[in-house]
Amino acid sequence: MWRSLRRRGQLTAVADRTGATGARDVLLFACLRNERIRLPYFLDYYRRLGVGHFLVVDNGSIDGSAEFLAGHDDVSLWRADGSYAAARFGMDWVGALLFRHGHGHWCLTVDADEFFVYPFCDTRPLPALTDWLDDCGLRSFSAMLIDMYPKGPVDETPYAEGQDPFEIAQWFDGSNYTIQRNPDLRNLWIQGGPRARAFFADRPAAAPALNKIPLVKWRRRYAYVHSTHMLLPRGLNLTYDQSGGEAASGALLHAKFLHTIRDKAAEEAERGEHYDGGREYAAYRAGLEHSPDLWTEWSERYINWRQLEILGLMSKGNWA
Amino acid sequence: MSVGFVMLVHTALDRAAQVARHLAASGCPVVIHADRKVPRSAFEPFAQGLAGVRGIAFASRRHRCEWGMWGIVGATLDACGDLLTAHPGLRHVYLCSGSCLPLRPLPELQAYLAARPETDFIESVTIDDVVWTKGGFDRDRFALRFPVPFRRHRRLFDAVTGAQKRLGLTRPLPEGIAPHLGSQWWCLSRPTLEAILHDPRRRELDRFFRSVWIPDESYFQTLVRLHARRVESRSLTLSKFDHFGRPHSFYDDHLQLLRRSDCFFARKIWPWADLLYASFLSNDPKVTRNAEPNPGKIDRLFSRATDRRVQGRPGLIMQSRFPARRLDAARTAAPYSVFAGFAETFPGFEAWLGKTTGLRVHGHLFAPGRVAFAGGAQVHNGCLSDSAALRDYNPEAFLANLVWATRGERQCFMFGPADAQEVMRFVAGDPNAQVSIVAGAWALTLFAREQAGELTGSALRKEAARLQKVELAYLALMRSGWVKARVRAWGLAEFLEAPMENLAPILDEIAPRAPRRPTEAPVLASLDGFGAFLQRLRNDGMNLHLPGDFPVGHAPTPPGDARPRPYLVR
Repeated sequence: MWRSLRRRGQLTAVADRTGATGARDVLLFACLRNERIRLPYFLDYYRRLGVGHFLVVDNGSIDGSAEFLAGHDDVSLWRADGSYAAARFGMDWVGALLFRHGHGHWCLTVDADEFFVYPFCDTRPLPALTDWLDDCGLRSFSAMLIDMYPKGPVDETPYAEGQDPFEIAQWFDGSNYTIQRNPDLRNLWIQGGPRARAFFADRPAAAPALNKIPLVKWRRRYAYVHSTHMLLPRGLNLTYDQSGGEAASGALLHAKFLHTIRDKAAEEAERGEHYDGGREYAAYRAGLEHSPDLWTEWSERYINWRQLEILGLMSKGNWA
Repeated sequence: MSVGFVMLVHTALDRAAQVARHLAASGCPVVIHADRKVPRSAFEPFAQGLAGVRGIAFASRRHRCEWGMWGIVGATLDACGDLLTAHPGLRHVYLCSGSCLPLRPLPELQAYLAARPETDFIESVTIDDVVWTKGGFDRDRFALRFPVPFRRHRRLFDAVTGAQKRLGLTRPLPEGIAPHLGSQWWCLSRPTLEAILHDPRRRELDRFFRSVWIPDESYFQTLVRLHARRVESRSLTLSKFDHFGRPHSFYDDHLQLLRRSDCFFARKIWPWADLLYASFLSNDPKVTRNAEPNPGKIDRLFSRATDRRVQGRPGLIMQSRFPARRLDAARTAAPYSVFAGFAETFPGFEAWLGKTTGLRVHGHLFAPGRVAFAGGAQVHNGCLSDSAALRDYNPEAFLANLVWATRGERQCFMFGPADAQEVMRFVAGDPNAQVSIVAGAWALTLFAREQAGELTGSALRKEAARLQKVELAYLALMRSGWVKARVRAWGLAEFLEAPMENLAPILDEIAPRAPRRPTEAPVLASLDGFGAFLQRLRNDGMNLHLPGDFPVGHAPTPPGDARPRPYLVR
């Protein structure tokens, strides 16, 4: 947390409209770089879910992301010109915003390519979920990352601005995930999916973590530890039931594998600003060059949250 | 004017006002009690907005309503007094909250109550029968004193009640009182309510109930038994509770379900459920359009939700269900079969088993180089990969995932001492596992490899010793006391004495209605020279005992018969 506070000096407010947020508003926090093409659908998607205000850190975009975001009344924008890696992959900046603006709110922290899905999200807005979590006395809600991919080479169908990315990347792995418990922070560590299958088949331990706890009723003393994978105090990581029952949970549909990934992978592998020196991006770059199709005959085509529930990837818990 | 309402409100005042207006406009007078905790800034606009509306009045005295404490009952009593005094013609009083919503036109309720002028609708169950209270406090609610609010001072609450229990500080019930519990939301007739309000012993009874825990679930429920002429023990308000005793909320997507309720009101409605408010706040039956009542459907929805939360789906491991091992009875979602030594004893066993049982038969799923999925697939159900490294990273998850992803289709796979062994501890403790072992069958593979010249001399001996050691380990594991799998094990020689008799019960267990009865026995591996092969290994100094004894000179006669013979199982 102190790191976050020190890094707040690196943030410059471009458009601070947080004064307009209501006490009940669900706030969305994001840190991004060069995501202009994704932003219209992103804002639209989360507005429809019922997000009250967007608080965004722009890490030196040169594609007009900042200008686009600054033009929306429900977006507050900060600029951070420092190193993404040195700021713990943006989490220090987002942490500073959470500290300053998140206290007492339900806060959803996501990347520009992550789309939150929760039980009944097609009929009940986000505040219905957070009211229910409040009633249950819950402070955090888990949503595992589900990597979505197209059928055929990832750059076969280009993504167009404003389009639902899951019209293209509509497939996912139904039951190809492994879970271990991290005894230190008590969180679950989930790996697997197409990335483990296609890029890390020879070194599974290096496959990216898919566990995420993006929705938290924020207090000033809370802090994300590593991306949104886990939190402190560690009681916030106990989003799962250990006696056989199912707690409620959601999913983050991950629209990473679109045609944009080739440029991104090349850029990020060179910048080395991502986790582990961009090694993950280097692996995609290598993987995407010789075997660009993640689709298999056992891939599931995404329909809705109920399908994810039936497949056992998320759960309604006792929300009815 | 047959029925009036007492409405208790503390949040979502806009919705409360909307419902109160609807009730008043339908000819039902309303007395609203707003919790004293509601801040002035919220209460005043609310009160002003309703000021002057015909039929709506505010309670003469505002109580502070702490959950589980007396305030709610005090507020109800005062508001009922106000309502009955102001409207002498009222026959019934309905107690509702600001988050209640009428499910059918009010004239229907008025007609229903007018036809039953002396009936009190209140859930009232003697504490000897109550099973739904949480925390085992049914009797203690009355025997102990509860001066501390549960939600605000949980520790003090526990300390005070714990101390009373330890010291044996229980108190007698007032004379003539039989404790009853029930839903807080009721509809009482005027004579009953007046009898409660004007009971000569009211001071004594109120003093007692002031320190009962959650008196709003017991005060009227108990006293109605002293005064009522006709108690109908059910609530006219639909209200569902989860396993923690918290009320479920209703949302827009419950609209069709609520139309099937046989209740007149529902609680609690999520304040932003616009569609519900738009669909039910009307006295036009064409708008409310209720379907044939089917309260069972509503019950099932909520009891299934509780099951999901408490029991979960057996064998599912996921982000919000990660049972500690000893707490999960079944480690996998469905039964499956492990065959060790069968593919070595009967070349072509996998194809034969698949044909005979119609089940999904894999090769050695845990083979060292690659996962041998059925049909040699590179990817299987759920997108499981055939990479041995991925599988060995978490073999238990691999198996649990496979069984979960193929629910409804029993999985069979081959196993042996050459495979990755780690998963066997998991299998042994899983009641869904059926494990059949022909010990020593690996010697047949070694025999074939020797004959093909692939493996000879000391390398052969070393390999035989290694396989025997590994197999002894899993045989020992499968004989442990804690094993939950269904285990059958034979030595190779013992098994070969009557192979089909040994196979039959396994098949009966896994495929009782198999598409084809096994008319043909699986083809046995050639045993010519096998006895001599084993003897050579023994002569070289190896303690080879798992395969059992085979005659050295020639192949054993009965199963060694090369002709496939017709075979019928029982």
